[in-house]
Amino acid sequence: MNNYEPPIFELSGPGKIGANLPRLDVPQAELPQALLRDDGLPGIPELTETEVTRHFTRISQRNFCIDTGMYPLGSCTMKYNPKVHEEAARLPGFAFAHPMQPEAQSQGALELMYGLQNYLAELSGFDQVSLQPAAGAQGEFTGVLVFRAYHLDRGDTERNEILVPDSAHGTNPATAAMVGMKVVEVKSGPRGNCSIEDLKAKLGPHTAGLMLTNPNTLGLFEQNIQEIARLVHEAGGLMYGDGANFNAILGIVKPRDVGFDFMHYNLHKTFTTPHGGGGPGSGAVGCTKELAPYMPAPVADKDGDRYYFRTPEKSIGRVKSFWGNFGMLVRAWAYIRTLGAAGLKEVSDNAVLNANYIRVRLQHVYPVAYDRTCMHEVVLKGQLKEAPQARTLDIAKRLIDYGFHPPTVYFPISVPEALMIEPTETESKRNLDAFCDAMLKIAQEAAEDINILKNAPTTAPVRRLDEVGAARKPILTYDRARFRELRGEHEHATPDDQLTVPSY
Amino acid sequence: MANNTPDNLRYAKTHEWVRVDGDEVTVGISDYAQESLGDVVFVELPSVGRTLAMGEAFGVVESVKAASDVYAPVSGEVTAINEALLDAPETLNSDPYGEGWMLKLRPSDLAGEQEKLLDAAAYSQHVEDEASKH
Amino acid sequence: MSHYISNTEQDRAAMLKAVGVAEVAELFEVVPQEVRFPNVELPKLLSEPELLRELRRMSNLNANAQSHSIFLGAGAYNHFVPAAVDALLRRAEYYTAYTPYQPEISQGTLQVIFEYQTLMCGLTGMDVANASHYDGATALAEAAGMALNSTRNKRTILVTPTVHPQYRQVLRTYMQGLGVRITGDENVAASLDDVLGQIDDGTAAVIVQTPDFLGQLHDLKPIADKIHAAGGLLIASVDPIALGLFQAPGAAGADIVVGEGQPLGIPLSYGGPYLGIFACKEQYVRRMPGRVAGATTDLDGQVGYVLTLQTREQHIRREKATSNICTNQGLMMLASTVYTCLMGKTGLRTVAELCYHRAHYAAAEIAKLPGFELLTPAPFFKEFAVRTPKPVAELNQLLDTRGIVGGYDLKQDYPHLGNAMLIAVTELNSKADIDAFVAALAESSR
Repeated sequence: MNNYEPPIFELSGPGKIGANLPRLDVPQAELPQALLRDDGLPGIPELTETEVTRHFTRISQRNFCIDTGMYPLGSCTMKYNPKVHEEAARLPGFAFAHPMQPEAQSQGALELMYGLQNYLAELSGFDQVSLQPAAGAQGEFTGVLVFRAYHLDRGDTERNEILVPDSAHGTNPATAAMVGMKVVEVKSGPRGNCSIEDLKAKLGPHTAGLMLTNPNTLGLFEQNIQEIARLVHEAGGLMYGDGANFNAILGIVKPRDVGFDFMHYNLHKTFTTPHGGGGPGSGAVGCTKELAPYMPAPVADKDGDRYYFRTPEKSIGRVKSFWGNFGMLVRAWAYIRTLGAAGLKEVSDNAVLNANYIRVRLQHVYPVAYDRTCMHEVVLKGQLKEAPQARTLDIAKRLIDYGFHPPTVYFPISVPEALMIEPTETESKRNLDAFCDAMLKIAQEAAEDINILKNAPTTAPVRRLDEVGAARKPILTYDRARFRELRGEHEHATPDDQLTVPSY
Repeated sequence: MANNTPDNLRYAKTHEWVRVDGDEVTVGISDYAQESLGDVVFVELPSVGRTLAMGEAFGVVESVKAASDVYAPVSGEVTAINEALLDAPETLNSDPYGEGWMLKLRPSDLAGEQEKLLDAAAYSQHVEDEASKH
Repeated sequence: MSHYISNTEQDRAAMLKAVGVAEVAELFEVVPQEVRFPNVELPKLLSEPELLRELRRMSNLNANAQSHSIFLGAGAYNHFVPAAVDALLRRAEYYTAYTPYQPEISQGTLQVIFEYQTLMCGLTGMDVANASHYDGATALAEAAGMALNSTRNKRTILVTPTVHPQYRQVLRTYMQGLGVRITGDENVAASLDDVLGQIDDGTAAVIVQTPDFLGQLHDLKPIADKIHAAGGLLIASVDPIALGLFQAPGAAGADIVVGEGQPLGIPLSYGGPYLGIFACKEQYVRRMPGRVAGATTDLDGQVGYVLTLQTREQHIRREKATSNICTNQGLMMLASTVYTCLMGKTGLRTVAELCYHRAHYAAAEIAKLPGFELLTPAPFFKEFAVRTPKPVAELNQLLDTRGIVGGYDLKQDYPHLGNAMLIAVTELNSKADIDAFVAALAESSR
């Protein structure tokens, strides 16, 4: 499927409409003439429902998705999104409930939230959960704000440093900066864990906390986690757990038990709320009872048979409007109740087994970043002995031709030519074998004729795109003249007259 | 890979070069720096008249997947910037020591600070040391 | 094993053998033994029919737009969503894909982002828009951060008291570690002119909402002139539905426009997921947070789309990034894109007109009731405040028995208004609904 679909603006025709709207049934009121817009809504196209449906269906077919095939993006946990969740979130009392309606008219929503808070607390060992943050990054932001509030409340006013391992996701340092904290990087040791020596050197009276992903972004469990937590706590700091990789440890270990004080859950990863092409996410957070008073407002609570919202007494405030990404909470609730405790542990068992299977099948060709048992993802290097000119990017692009979404590439940045593969529990051995076969075939191709890789992908809707040109002369909105120019710069460009006529 | 490192320039460890032209100095980034960044897509420069301390960040050079601060190799007042770079950042790749210059400074302590800069040989060694770490 | 796990026992045995362990538990030996395999207690698991029954039970406990006639707004609105929107949202190609990291196989998502950016610029009259924020409140808070980064040595954000109370709370949450002064709304009864009078050299931005929380529309032009004269920026928080009919903030001189995109095709969903619209003038694009898609060509010269200007973002800039945001509200952005295209120029204008005329009809009818008084000065759009003869909570209880979700109780946020209800009327509230609402209000307040 390689059909070019023009920007919707080129399909517009004057006077068309794609909706059947109610008719005016009240007298017309006088309009404030001075405030009316008189520009005729430039840039808003006019199409029928048929045309709009076809346009967005056609461009959808230019997407790879989980329902198409294996999507082993490391640290993103691209697992299957159950269909029943979509039914659940669209039940009228969920999809059409107003967030400001009185609590008495929202008892079902509150009950679901209260239940989910408790399930997440049980899985992590924490005392209080808030469902408000909209995404993992906002969960991090919430956590660092809570740390800050906790220290300040104790009169501990000099703690303005957040420690972050060099393998951390970019959101960790970016988050710390948004809270006005100084970022201090901690190096990785020889086994891919946080270096205890370097940590000791960097802890001090300014340490507000350490942000740690466990298992870390190298797919490795921080085996010294208890010592790390002890050192951080002794220095007066707090332990932040980035739950991006929680899928590896459901029922395996509770983050609270190894010394974390606070963590965020990525409901869109571990609890399979759909990724939606880049969101919405949902970044619930959990914490110890010591930090509970600072949690964002509000949390769901229960008094006898009545559910209600409560603002924790020393709350950092609201991090978003209303109560969180509620539609995602319904799906996460459904997932947990479908699998139960044993089913969730099976998730982690299979996710970790799958990743290790990939590791042993590929490590003799693709050097593994750290040669040890991994958790739910494995980090390999796209450095092929037989084909030194091959780059990770080339390998990733060639995987597309074999029908797989490429893994996360060039992350973590501490591993050169990183290929970060997270199969999740979703994939069967049959799929893992097909993926590994493709990876091995690509290595072979690279040795025989590197151009096969350099020219890949050839079967995707487009070939490699000019990202340099896109950044040098950004075209961020549709403009007819600039699109003509874009197409005209190349001799194979589709003639303009074909583009203005819809092909259906 | 051997990079071009002209002998007549002085270099900062942060990969800027300095050329003394009378009572002004011209500043840019080295061939090694431009090559490490890849295709430059955006350059941010300070305004003329701003006073910079040695080591102070004065601008940003960006490629598609990287952004790098650029630091003043010597202290001084900005007397000119290369405005052509703003529209044609690719010049930094094609001619880092010529048309790709970034700014001119009137140095405040050239004699004292020049000593802290590297000559071509020392800079080449520095680049090699840095490359071997990765 | 659950129906979501496709490995057979034989598969697992073969894999364990390949990995060189006897059982899966061995893979977790790196976890300290005393905390490994804890007891986890969760309620009993449910089959799919049981699951749906339980969820339906909870769903039925909530008032909603199908069971009730809704006159509640306050930042979330019950607008008409054409069936085609959800039909497209349910395409797995959209909802089971992730961030378009590999542009060659993500052209669908990327083209939607590009079209969304264009549509939002068209609606707001701005030059550039990003791929969206979590919601209107966080978009507003990030706009304030961007204004601070774009203006040297200015550390005050001026916010008017008629900006949504929750948005002002989120703004304070976002700024609490940055040594920023947020002022202007201490006295919630202060007039817009009072607040604008506080503009000085230290003001990085003034934040104005139009239509404001109480429904009133404002002319942004004089506000823009005033703040620009002091060297600061104007951040306008808008209702995109109003833009079908009223002044484009870009044309009036706004520097950053934010807004809640929920009215554009997104269900109420008890408050989320929603959509944070974020658009700005071109000169600020490098300081804009969030993802952006751009048009380019591939090796064959075919037009395609990529994420661009990524050096602003956290995965490259880390602590120097413009924000920590990485996900946008991808699927909600798709909903708004489809919605806006279905409506088109005519539909957007018609929806806005329906809201306007029906709201004014409702306001006039309610104002006739004894003890009721219209509080929002003209011009207003689809929402207005009325003084009520009884506490709003009391009225709403009675309205509930008539199958009506009444308006927002303004008592907590604007105590100076006394007993006051904020009422929203959209194109989904027919004349018959409005008449029934007015009758119920009359009855309830006797």
